[in-house]
Amino acid sequence: MAGDDMAGQDQKRPKLAVWKFASCDGCQLTLLNCEDELIPLAGAVEIAYFPEATRAVVEGPYDVSLVEGSVTTASDAERIREVRRVSRRLITIGACATSGGIQALRNFADVAQYRSVVYAHPEYVKTLARSTPISEHVSVDYELRGCPINASQLLEVLAAFVQDRRPRIPSYSVCVECKRRGAICVAVAHGTPCLGPVTQAGCGALCPAYSRGCYGCFGPQDTPNTQSLADRLRVLGMDESAAMRIFRTFNAGAEAFRAQSRRHEEMAP
Amino acid sequence: MTHKLTQGDHVLKVDTLARVEGEGAMHIVVHDGLVADVELRIFEPPRFFEAFLRGRAWTEPPDITARICGICPVAYQMSSCLAIEDACGVTVPEELRLLRRLLYCGEWIESHSLHIFLLHAPDFLGYPGAIEMAADHGDVVQQGLRLKKAGNALMTLVGGRAIHPVNVRVGGFYRLPTTQELRDFRPTLVRARDDAVATVRLVSGFDFPDMVQPQEYVALRSPHGYPLEGGSVISSTGRAFDVGDFGRHVVEEHVARSNALHARLDGTTSYVVGPLARYTLNHDQLGPLAREVAHDAGLADECRNPFQSIVVRAVELVHATDEALAIIDAWDGASAPSVQVPPRAGIGHGATEAPRGLLYHRYELAEDGTILDATIVPPTSQNQPSIEADLRAFVQARLDLPHDELVRQCEQAIRNYDPCISCATHFLDLTMEEQ
Repeated sequence: MAGDDMAGQDQKRPKLAVWKFASCDGCQLTLLNCEDELIPLAGAVEIAYFPEATRAVVEGPYDVSLVEGSVTTASDAERIREVRRVSRRLITIGACATSGGIQALRNFADVAQYRSVVYAHPEYVKTLARSTPISEHVSVDYELRGCPINASQLLEVLAAFVQDRRPRIPSYSVCVECKRRGAICVAVAHGTPCLGPVTQAGCGALCPAYSRGCYGCFGPQDTPNTQSLADRLRVLGMDESAAMRIFRTFNAGAEAFRAQSRRHEEMAP
Repeated sequence: MTHKLTQGDHVLKVDTLARVEGEGAMHIVVHDGLVADVELRIFEPPRFFEAFLRGRAWTEPPDITARICGICPVAYQMSSCLAIEDACGVTVPEELRLLRRLLYCGEWIESHSLHIFLLHAPDFLGYPGAIEMAADHGDVVQQGLRLKKAGNALMTLVGGRAIHPVNVRVGGFYRLPTTQELRDFRPTLVRARDDAVATVRLVSGFDFPDMVQPQEYVALRSPHGYPLEGGSVISSTGRAFDVGDFGRHVVEEHVARSNALHARLDGTTSYVVGPLARYTLNHDQLGPLAREVAHDAGLADECRNPFQSIVVRAVELVHATDEALAIIDAWDGASAPSVQVPPRAGIGHGATEAPRGLLYHRYELAEDGTILDATIVPPTSQNQPSIEADLRAFVQARLDLPHDELVRQCEQAIRNYDPCISCATHFLDLTMEEQ
């Protein structure tokens, strides 16, 4: 039925919708931060639903939906199914949507206790025990990583979907970007703990260029050898607790990082 | 719906407030021509930052709390750095304090231009959003985008990137910008300052509904100029206290309808933080250019019409661009990008002026720097009772308006506060109920 609704729209501009779940708004802000491209983009696609930018709402279905944020409430678990139903293509943007985000730290703790730490009346607050990526609830056509996402990558993904081709987004590690940039390896040269070898490229090797170790904003790369890196982190002086924490931040729920942080947690005194 | 609300029972509701940062709604109940209840509902789901900060290291809050808000990450980074450094008994050297201020100017420019041009101006000019507005006011939108881009570029220059900067650490920065990099940025800032002055002229010509805000105004007061990073707390009723006493004066209440906590000051029902409070309490500390354009725009020393907050934001844009230029022109390098902040057991407090108002952090540390307890009080949860009080008075005086127009004006009134719902949740939905 949704497919039938789409028929006859080929001659029109594709309809773009932007949806928000639990998040900081930074990834949808990335779209507004494309200052030079925003007005041309609004010519190429019809911005049909984007409450952060406009109160005008064009009825669905939508050709492309960008989804920011993770699922943390029962009503959001229902809402994402509705978003999927009205979307021809669904692209998740950012660490929250692709791995559960920083709020997935609750997955390692007792959420009832979390609720009582923050709120005087925990009974008013409705929340799920786990923060989960969108892909755990509905089928996703493309996942764009980052905390926050990179603006050029976002424009590339939008262009690819409008042109009906595969996005050209690398899945190799930050190390490759670091070498290309000609940055000094902070792990080798300075002994700084760095997640670059196991983290997907996309930021442009920002942290090493600023003399700090990568802290994993883009989540695990294609084939991460986290255990090998963990051995190195120990040599560089990290204890189990620190090693657990470095894998347990904005992509704590991504499988490779989750499993590695668990190993360190079990070995911590 | 065009019926009027002076007779009988009515509900005004907006289920998803547009052009605000995060997810909220408005619900107003009118009973026999009297506004019976006003609720700003925050259905942005809770993310539990204060809970999962427990057990983390003292070095981690700048990166972690930045993720509370993609629009004002620097505010979170600055308040958290100040609080941790306070707990550890460290004060950063003057040049690092100035570099923090420069980064913060970038965030003010980015956030204020986003709100003025993309979120708020469409209300005054009669468009659903800036993209629709661009068809008739292309130059205005381009001016706004240019300013926003300059703010983002300044954040990128000092912070590494505009959203969740990577270059901030407890004790200072990871890498210092070079004098050449800062000097090279000068032309962009000069253009931005011209655009900011033009912005004040533009927005001061808008039509402002009559409204006087009676609430107490609260802002920081700093010896280092217009309040940005640090200072102590003052108010329009003469209250004055150190940031360390914030928790003794401000109590957060949890109400059933909202995932944000409501802040109360010494038992009063509501107070206001943000541009109007900052300007009213600190206009004497604005730079000469900002003071001059404020005067030309017709702003008195005290501004109590929340609809004019857009003018004050524009004045603050002038100040931020002007001060950023002054910092760059005087920059003579720093001896090191950061100072050591060795951990110790203790409690630290930090407050800075986020674009939306005062943002307070408090951390309790163990001897090894493990965080035992964290409290974060964002500006929007402090403003929420005032937003509701404003709406109550605003709607009561406008019940003869057609429903759709009243709802539109209520949304505009809420946007006066540039509410950041992502921040306040730990925050917003407009429905109006006729009973």
